[in-house]
Amino acid sequence: MRKYLLRSTALGYLLIILIGPLAMMIWRTLGDLDGAWAAITSHNTLLAFKLTLYVTAIAVPINTVFGVVCGLVIVRSTLPGRGILNAFVDLPLALSPVVVGLSLVVLYGANGWFGFFDDHGIRILYAVPAIVLATVFVSLPFVAREVVPTLREIGDDQEQAARTLGASGWQTFWRITLPSIRWAVVYGVVLTAARCIGEFGAVLVVSGNVEGKTQTATLRVDDAYQFAYGNYAPAYGIALVLAAMAVLVLVAMTLVKPREEAT
Amino acid sequence: MITFLSVVVALPIAALIWFSAGNGFDAFWTVASSPQAVAALKLSLVMSALAALTNAVLGTITAWVLVRDDFRGKSAVNALIDLPFALPTIVAGLVLIALYGVQTPLRLDLGFVHFQATITFSRWAIYFALLFVTLPFVVRTVQPVLMELDTELEEAARSLGAGEFTVFRRVVLPNILPGILSGLTMAFARAVGEVGSVILITGNLPYKTEVASTFILQRIDGDPHGAAAVSVVLLTISFAVLLTVGAFRRYATRHERA
Repeated sequence: MRKYLLRSTALGYLLIILIGPLAMMIWRTLGDLDGAWAAITSHNTLLAFKLTLYVTAIAVPINTVFGVVCGLVIVRSTLPGRGILNAFVDLPLALSPVVVGLSLVVLYGANGWFGFFDDHGIRILYAVPAIVLATVFVSLPFVAREVVPTLREIGDDQEQAARTLGASGWQTFWRITLPSIRWAVVYGVVLTAARCIGEFGAVLVVSGNVEGKTQTATLRVDDAYQFAYGNYAPAYGIALVLAAMAVLVLVAMTLVKPREEAT
Repeated sequence: MITFLSVVVALPIAALIWFSAGNGFDAFWTVASSPQAVAALKLSLVMSALAALTNAVLGTITAWVLVRDDFRGKSAVNALIDLPFALPTIVAGLVLIALYGVQTPLRLDLGFVHFQATITFSRWAIYFALLFVTLPFVVRTVQPVLMELDTELEEAARSLGAGEFTVFRRVVLPNILPGILSGLTMAFARAVGEVGSVILITGNLPYKTEVASTFILQRIDGDPHGAAAVSVVLLTISFAVLLTVGAFRRYATRHERA
């Protein structure tokens, strides 16, 4: 009895907050499939998705390298300041994306400390570089956060063994450390990519949101809704494409997670 | 490494603090304590606390069901829990509008009683949006602890005559409490800064549904100092939350480190 009560509470909650709304959006998109499809395949929507993928393709490798190095510094090194590093890495998780965006606007704006870039004709704000910077900021912690516990768990016995057998630091990393944390890295990369694709608040502030130029896929959804004039199929359609990408991410997560836990 | 972190994270934040302090502390305080800013901040904090607490209770129940219960489709439900992490927040807002918007199919008209499950432009919209985006936090911090928890302890308590509630309160809860608390705090932090999911569904009505993040968004062009002041308040909250979570984690792992 108690078992069924708990089960129906949990499933009922998920139905109200997650499954029901999601099913309804799919239903509404199917209701005007032609309108949705036209919006998805329109020139500026395709450009928006291209920009999102382009920015993701830049931000993910940067944050992967950073995350692995950061994890190594936090767990393995005795450098002073690694506690601060540990705290700083998590900041983007707790900080509002709008604050991230505003920080970049203040830093790279005309009167900002880095305003000189603009004086020399290098557009950062309201252009692709700012979108990349904002995306890198918000997706910074994910690889590091997956790598840190795994590094702690595997310990450094094998690394020390490799060292005593004459391996260099570089060899130890490539032959011992990286293979044993690889699934944690992959899992972190999946989470990073999901965050990059889905970023909205920070990009909204720094991008300028120019159709076909600095408009990412999530901004496109926002635009499609705000200028819907009663016809919401375009917004639902583009949103559904992003939701499909999220489902791919979920599939990747469920495939990778057991492997990560097995290491 | 440090250079990268400084350029990407530390410098923008330093610039923001510098900018907000530019006109002196009094000027900062005047804009940060303006009635509309205070209303937005208060609303963010209250709704985030409500959403985080709701998800602490329902998230713990969900984690329990996923670990101890067994039913068809459980693994699918388990995978679905992560969807709010994977789904862009703007899509989350739109998904809620699809079911709970003006055109909601959830309506009941009995002539004398008329009910319609429309939550847009009300504070319910903020609550639902925040529930959606913070759903996975507590589930994902409690679930691994429950998995490792030995059921023998609970059986021992039961054989000694403890009722179900006592078993939960005295045996299970002390073990999962650090997980609940750190999940709750991260959910709270996430909710306080949330933008994408609330921006479309709430309508941003000042004093009614305008939260801190949308207040900042509205002000960036016309009143950058006001926007910066509220941003610094949010930044302070973020740091406080991170310190709290760190403390919970240290408390949870106190036996392992000793």
